[in-house]
Amino acid sequence: MRDLTAGSSSFYAANPPQPFPTFTMSKYTLTINGQSRTVDVASDTPLLWVLRDSLELVGTKFGCGIGLCGACTVHLNGVPSRACMTPVSIIGRMKVTTIEGLAEPSGKLHPVQQAWSDLDVAQCGYCQSGQIMTAAALLKDNPKPSDEDIDGAMAGNLCRCATYMRIRAGIKLAAGQTTAGQGGAQ
Amino acid sequence: MNTPALAPSFSRRNFLKLTGLAGGGFALAFYIRSGGEAVAAEAAAANGDFAPNAFVRISPSGAVTIVSKQPEMGQGVKTSLPMIIAEQLEVPWKEIAIEQGDFDTEKYGSQNAGGSNSTPNNYDNFHLVGATVRTMFVEAAAQTWGVPVSECRAEKASVLHTSGKSLKYGQLVAKASTLPVPSAGTVTLKQPKDFKLLGTRVAQVDTGKIVTGQPLFGLDVKLPGMLYAVYEKCPAFGGKVVSANLAQIKSLPGVKDAFILAGNGAVKELVPGVAIVADSTWSAFSARRQLKIVWDEGKVAGESWDSFVAQAKEKAAKPAGSPVRKDGDPDGALAGAAKTVEAHYLYPFISHANLEPQNTTAHWHDGIMEIWAPTQNPSTGVGLVTRVLGIAPEKIKLHINRAGGGFGRRLGVDYLIEAAAIAQKVSAPVKLTWSREDDLRHDQYRPGGIHFLKGGIDAKGKIVAWKNHFFTFGEGGRAGSGGNLGGDEFPGRWIANYQLDQTMFDTGWPMGPWRAPGGCVFAWVIHSFIDELAHAGGRDPLELRLELLGDKDEMPAGGGGEGGKKGKQSGGGGGYNVARMRNVLTFAAEKASWGKRQFAKGSGAGLAFHFSHRGYFAQVAEVTVSKDGQLKVDRFVTGADIGAQVVNLSGAENQVEGSVIDALGVLMYQELNIERGRAVQSNFSDYPMIRIADAPTKIETHFLKTAYPTTGLGEPALPPVAPAICNAIFAATGKRVRQFPLSRTELRWS
Repeated sequence: MRDLTAGSSSFYAANPPQPFPTFTMSKYTLTINGQSRTVDVASDTPLLWVLRDSLELVGTKFGCGIGLCGACTVHLNGVPSRACMTPVSIIGRMKVTTIEGLAEPSGKLHPVQQAWSDLDVAQCGYCQSGQIMTAAALLKDNPKPSDEDIDGAMAGNLCRCATYMRIRAGIKLAAGQTTAGQGGAQ
Repeated sequence: MNTPALAPSFSRRNFLKLTGLAGGGFALAFYIRSGGEAVAAEAAAANGDFAPNAFVRISPSGAVTIVSKQPEMGQGVKTSLPMIIAEQLEVPWKEIAIEQGDFDTEKYGSQNAGGSNSTPNNYDNFHLVGATVRTMFVEAAAQTWGVPVSECRAEKASVLHTSGKSLKYGQLVAKASTLPVPSAGTVTLKQPKDFKLLGTRVAQVDTGKIVTGQPLFGLDVKLPGMLYAVYEKCPAFGGKVVSANLAQIKSLPGVKDAFILAGNGAVKELVPGVAIVADSTWSAFSARRQLKIVWDEGKVAGESWDSFVAQAKEKAAKPAGSPVRKDGDPDGALAGAAKTVEAHYLYPFISHANLEPQNTTAHWHDGIMEIWAPTQNPSTGVGLVTRVLGIAPEKIKLHINRAGGGFGRRLGVDYLIEAAAIAQKVSAPVKLTWSREDDLRHDQYRPGGIHFLKGGIDAKGKIVAWKNHFFTFGEGGRAGSGGNLGGDEFPGRWIANYQLDQTMFDTGWPMGPWRAPGGCVFAWVIHSFIDELAHAGGRDPLELRLELLGDKDEMPAGGGGEGGKKGKQSGGGGGYNVARMRNVLTFAAEKASWGKRQFAKGSGAGLAFHFSHRGYFAQVAEVTVSKDGQLKVDRFVTGADIGAQVVNLSGAENQVEGSVIDALGVLMYQELNIERGRAVQSNFSDYPMIRIADAPTKIETHFLKTAYPTTGLGEPALPPVAPAICNAIFAATGKRVRQFPLSRTELRWS
């Protein structure tokens, strides 16, 4: 029998235990998808869990908790960011856009969402909201990305089903560089 | 994937003989009610809807719903299988709503999704299901009009009469509900030449929800009053809790309860651990960081991968025990060979790493255990809840959620039983969420293995001898899933002087099926070594493989030499249709212009083939290795024979492309090391997965249509990928890859 206390926390390797206690509940008013939402949560709560547990916006996904898979990608003032690594306390007045707020209020899909639908990009689909958020930000900065631009911008988003060929094609379709006739679902 | 928990696969041909049905179909009693009483009861129960079987429901307003019974995890069956029903039903695809069925085997039959079996096991029956309902609408219209059925036909959710008049299905619901369900023999199936939907590209039915982030997956489940749980297990597999600081944990903010579960003693079922139940995921995660647990690790803490590899190398030098298969005189043939080649091939344990971490929501209420789980294997899940928690099957209600990736991991139901065991102690719904660290450290891993090979060729380069001593891993005395190399595994029936020995290391490590179990590693070993022999003999790798396959069209189970008694081709039945393999190999080689392309130094082509999961696959890789050793797959060509009908072309191509890149990722990066009975890696920081920049420049998928039954695509495209790429690396650089992952092999050249 060994006391493994020191090594037993197999959890959050990148996020070592904080001095006890870590907790203060506070109210935060956030601007999410153009709406003002107030939550009462611990100050260190990542935006990911505020969205998922408090606001029932579950399109933003939990994949790794350390910012390496991109499944939790949201836009903070238009910049793709990892919600799992963003404490609610630092958001302040930044505008948060999640996958649920990417389409136009009328329901018209963002060109990236439309391309993903046209090309049937997804397999399991779990990573795709993060992929779409990253791709949408790429096209805003770089409306006609090259293959290298795409691979570079999308490097932070894992797809375990490996739909990478269609992710590339989806971005090109959304950018108007191809037409839907070149593969994927019609 | 292969697991004893799944329904036994059996040959379609035998099955058709058994059922005697021209269109196939089995266990029909599960699916289609007969007799007016059943129909009337169903109709009354569903507000006037017409629901003559468990899968199709049409309302008087004309709304058509198809229930998809199989779990969806990215393999596309929630779209492709309902397409089959829709084709026969004659309702436009866009007018149909698809619902995921809850777990109910009495209603639906088997709902386990694995082994690439969902398509072949349901294909014929779903044609019959759709055709039966269409037949009833035609009959209802004919009776309404007082005309012969022969003057009526169905099209676009309507029945048309030769006179030009028509009635919509919705208008016929009341009449159809009074009709007896016709027997299978009287139903006419729409023939492939008339198919309008099957074989086309159809986007997944959940696409809208996926691209807009609507709740869909297991982890998205939220119930009123729901609490959130985490479960800390011993880092060493199966270790027990001696004590934990439960009182301190219970005092933490947001924590509702904390307790120890003793486990049921099985490393792949309910493992001992400490549960924390809190008011949010983050409260539970935060409290978890304060856990202090004293573990009793048990003897597993003495087991490490490196020491097993060292033992294998020692043992391989000595004679093995009784062989799995021995044909002819392998030692004599090696002694008499013009040339011999000796090599060993090694692959590590790997994880599944589904992107959606394991999770399940469970609610123990009113004597019912209600469960929401992203599972491939609902029947085993319910069975385990009964066995471990003592809850009768009829008191368990299981909702199947879309899973964020399967790959065989969700055939294991460890996370499901954990959630149910926690929920049994809590008076509220509880969602259990694993961290990524939990997932990598408590997977049911693909077992690693080491193969010590000797091969001999004659003066013409023909393979005359093959010996393999395979070292594999097991748990509790049984080889891990995919860890048995059968005596029939290619080329085990094709070489006159052939010997296979197998030595198993028994461990306490959890292992489970990983996409194309067995084949996912054996094909790499076998086709890499065939390539070594081809080059040793100065033979073209394609031509040598065709010579090896030979002229016979069928290779029976155990066939070939005298020694074939133990073990089948991985992921396959007994027989091996050599003609199909030859044809698809030639087909893929033609598509890739094998032998006709010139490559500069640093670039080259390689090929491989494999038969598993009823599919015949041959693949050609073209790669470039830079002088500093970086691999790029320039082009990857797949030839696939999955029978007569591609169901959904979009989904089919997606499965093959995913298999190609998944296999490339395993080759390039994946390695799960086990030291002192625990996983070394814990997150994507030390367990990298393939990212977009490593995806091939071009992937081409070609389906070779054959007259054989339609089969599945989740797995069989994967096994030949790694050997095709490694053989191309050899052609490009002269460097032979004999170990996974690729970082273990020096690929720099000058």
